[in-house]
Amino acid sequence: MSSNNASNTTKAARINHILETEGDAVADNTQGFNQGRYDSVAKLDDYEGLKTEARAIKEDAIERLPELIDDLRNAIEANGGTLYLADDAADANAYISDVVDDVGGERVVKSKSMTSEEIELNEALADNGTDVVETDLGEWVLQVADEAPSHIVAPAIHKSREGIADLFTEQFDPDESLETAEDLTMFAREKLAEKITTADVGVTGANFVTADSGTMALVTSEGNARKTVTATDTHIAVAGVEKVIPTVEDLHPFIELIGRSGTGQDITSYISLLTPPVDSPTLDFDTDTLGSADDRSFHLVLIDNGRMAMRDDDELRETLYCIRCSACSNSCANFQQVGGHAFGGETYSGGIATGWEAGVEGLDTAGEFNDLCTGCSRCVNACPVGIDIPWINTVVRDRINRGTDAELDWLVDGLTPDSEPAGLDLGKRLFGNFSTLAWLGSATAPISNWLANNRLSRQVMERVAGIDQRRELPSFQRETLRDWMADRPSVSDPDREVVLFADVYTNHVQVDRGKAAVRVLEALDVAVRLADVRASGRAPLSQGMISTAQTHAEAVAADLTPHISAGCDVVVIEPSDHALFQREYENLLDAESHTQLADNSYEIFEYLYGLLANGADETALSAGDGEEIAYHSHCQQRTLGVDRYTETVLEDLGYDVVTSDVECCGMAGSFGYKKDYYDVSMAVGEELKSQFTTPETDDRTVVASGTSCLDQLDDLLQRPPKHPVELLAADID
Amino acid sequence: MLTQMTTASMKSTTEQFVDRLEEFGVSWTTTRPDEAETAITSAVTTPAVGVSPAIDGVSLPPTVEQALSPSTLDAAATGVTEATLGVADYGSLVIPTTQAGIEPVSLFADQHIAVLRERDIVPGMDDALAERGDAFRTDDWSGIIATGPSATADMGALVTGAHGPKTVHAIIVQS
Repeated sequence: MSSNNASNTTKAARINHILETEGDAVADNTQGFNQGRYDSVAKLDDYEGLKTEARAIKEDAIERLPELIDDLRNAIEANGGTLYLADDAADANAYISDVVDDVGGERVVKSKSMTSEEIELNEALADNGTDVVETDLGEWVLQVADEAPSHIVAPAIHKSREGIADLFTEQFDPDESLETAEDLTMFAREKLAEKITTADVGVTGANFVTADSGTMALVTSEGNARKTVTATDTHIAVAGVEKVIPTVEDLHPFIELIGRSGTGQDITSYISLLTPPVDSPTLDFDTDTLGSADDRSFHLVLIDNGRMAMRDDDELRETLYCIRCSACSNSCANFQQVGGHAFGGETYSGGIATGWEAGVEGLDTAGEFNDLCTGCSRCVNACPVGIDIPWINTVVRDRINRGTDAELDWLVDGLTPDSEPAGLDLGKRLFGNFSTLAWLGSATAPISNWLANNRLSRQVMERVAGIDQRRELPSFQRETLRDWMADRPSVSDPDREVVLFADVYTNHVQVDRGKAAVRVLEALDVAVRLADVRASGRAPLSQGMISTAQTHAEAVAADLTPHISAGCDVVVIEPSDHALFQREYENLLDAESHTQLADNSYEIFEYLYGLLANGADETALSAGDGEEIAYHSHCQQRTLGVDRYTETVLEDLGYDVVTSDVECCGMAGSFGYKKDYYDVSMAVGEELKSQFTTPETDDRTVVASGTSCLDQLDDLLQRPPKHPVELLAADID
Repeated sequence: MLTQMTTASMKSTTEQFVDRLEEFGVSWTTTRPDEAETAITSAVTTPAVGVSPAIDGVSLPPTVEQALSPSTLDAAATGVTEATLGVADYGSLVIPTTQAGIEPVSLFADQHIAVLRERDIVPGMDDALAERGDAFRTDDWSGIIATGPSATADMGALVTGAHGPKTVHAIIVQS
């Protein structure tokens, strides 16, 4: 346990350092890319169709991978090149070193390749006595600075222009001072031109390789990959086996999607489609001679390094569909604050990195940063190949939990009726079993609240369970929603019947939003009964406790299915639970149960919208009369596209609504409570705060749909926020 | 003259193409084959190096050096080449990789002038790949889909002209 604490302290300190030194540059760049993505994909006639096509191509390619690799080998050999299939990094590096030695290569120039970073090719070549020069300007900056990439597409986003200028001045002592981005670019271009024209071997990555022709696609903007290939006689391309797709024509959706999804460009300057060895004459700048294209040689080094095992792994397989566009990084509220130096492993960064690092390096590496994925799901729609990135993070977290050695569990054993392995992180176990704690909390309120919030308890909680002392803990209500409902008369002759899923928070803590939901539904002639079950499984799932979550999911289905069969609709107040029923339950329940529950459950405003659209009497609800509202919708709600119902209903009732456009509030369930991540959570929250403290929004009533968002806004703002349904219930008895 | 169309949705493929060229900062002119040499001459900054376009009736002006060598590449302010296709949706120029050296000529100089036939402008990226698919499979064909000048944002702001051309000019030859 002491070692656990030590590592926690170190992690919080490390993340804080990154927030302070790199956070601003990372935020500027990633948020710019993210907005660019929204703008660029909006211009496509059939964005979703292209994504579906891209996904289908990748699914098919990974399914048929061994056969495609055979086809690819035949195509490359027919073209006069060589395909080498490397088992692992050492195998690949040994082969590449041999090729370089065979051609007497003294200098290798490289264009950007994450796969070469994965195998640490530069170090291997340097050990072999070869001079290696990165030619992508961002990669070169990092090579000069001896730093690691902070982003898979734009590796130096953590560095500011001033920082690069200082670096160049210190390292190269240039004749003229370097200030503007153009000065720096032209300086680097000239420096690198000398290196490129005198190099013997060019190493590139490959974004895609087509099995039918042996063609590789390279997606770039600077032109360095083109020069790297053209100016050197020997071309070595390094790529993971998952880069193989069937045909040249299959490149189409990827070419349209990759730039838009990543940096928000409709297309990058260059998509090189090379069927090497290429036909360009060789160029010898030393002797000023042109040579024959016949003197060119080409080696494609396809790397397994754990990928074929990922292909056999039902949960990690999707990772192989990844085209490394960086959309999951840029759309991630946490990544936007800390970048890849915190939210990344040995090589890869961002949400999908958990899958890559788990498959390539192992669970230990993935475990170092996996908790920075909060499951907010904002990357899900952004991913051009539709990878369920939050689910991969959940699965890997579950595996990490199970892989942990058993330690002291005595403290929570009595409180945590879960089916998780001994040794599960204590904080995770506490948050994962929140439903049990909440029951105890309400039963003993207000004493439980006093006990929980006194200074000594908070110190103990921080030390033992990693709960940050700076967060206010939820305050349990003595009268639960269930208590309140017990004496409530039912609606006579109702138009519809609803079973209301009152989650743990609504039942025990934010009881007012539950009462408001009941009043509003009843005012529209809907009979309301509470579901017997309260714990959805969201809490354990977010801790990676899949089997506990599954137990909850099955209990929810068992409780709600008979009501649905009897003609009741299911209404959910908490958007993260509604999203759970729609999305994650697909992984936790049999298909029939999931479909029945998903099809018949509605987020509260989605349901109200439906009632009002079908003739319910809106005058029964509290009118807005122009009341000015600032609304923060919930991340998972927006991924499902149901946030628009809240906005529409409020506007139709006469409220004047301004909506935030941050990806997430930063609280994300238990995330913001954890000592390791409190500062990241607050940094994310500051973005939301800044939107709700402008002259236009400063006086507006703040409403938010999610429990976590409400907690976070309560901490961030002077104005207490509430659930939007409370607005509609203000004048109802 | 381009075909006159009245609404945006009725734009011809060529009109869409040149609109997108402009969005990506690429200048353009249209010309008849017999006037192409004049159009190239007026667009070129010397010293210039070029590979004669395989377009009927089009030849390079004498100001464009056709004897390629590393030193002429190094010295050139302009490189003139053909483009195999234009892609209207993106304003992209498809530059072939050939033994005559189109790839280095289009890459090393600060300005690239691409000459293409108007009838080789295809509407979309899928059309371009369908048109070239068999060439990749049967002829080991290679080419670059080039859109706008080379660019980087790695130095703290967007800069056009990284390792490749800083400016691009398209000459569209009408039949």
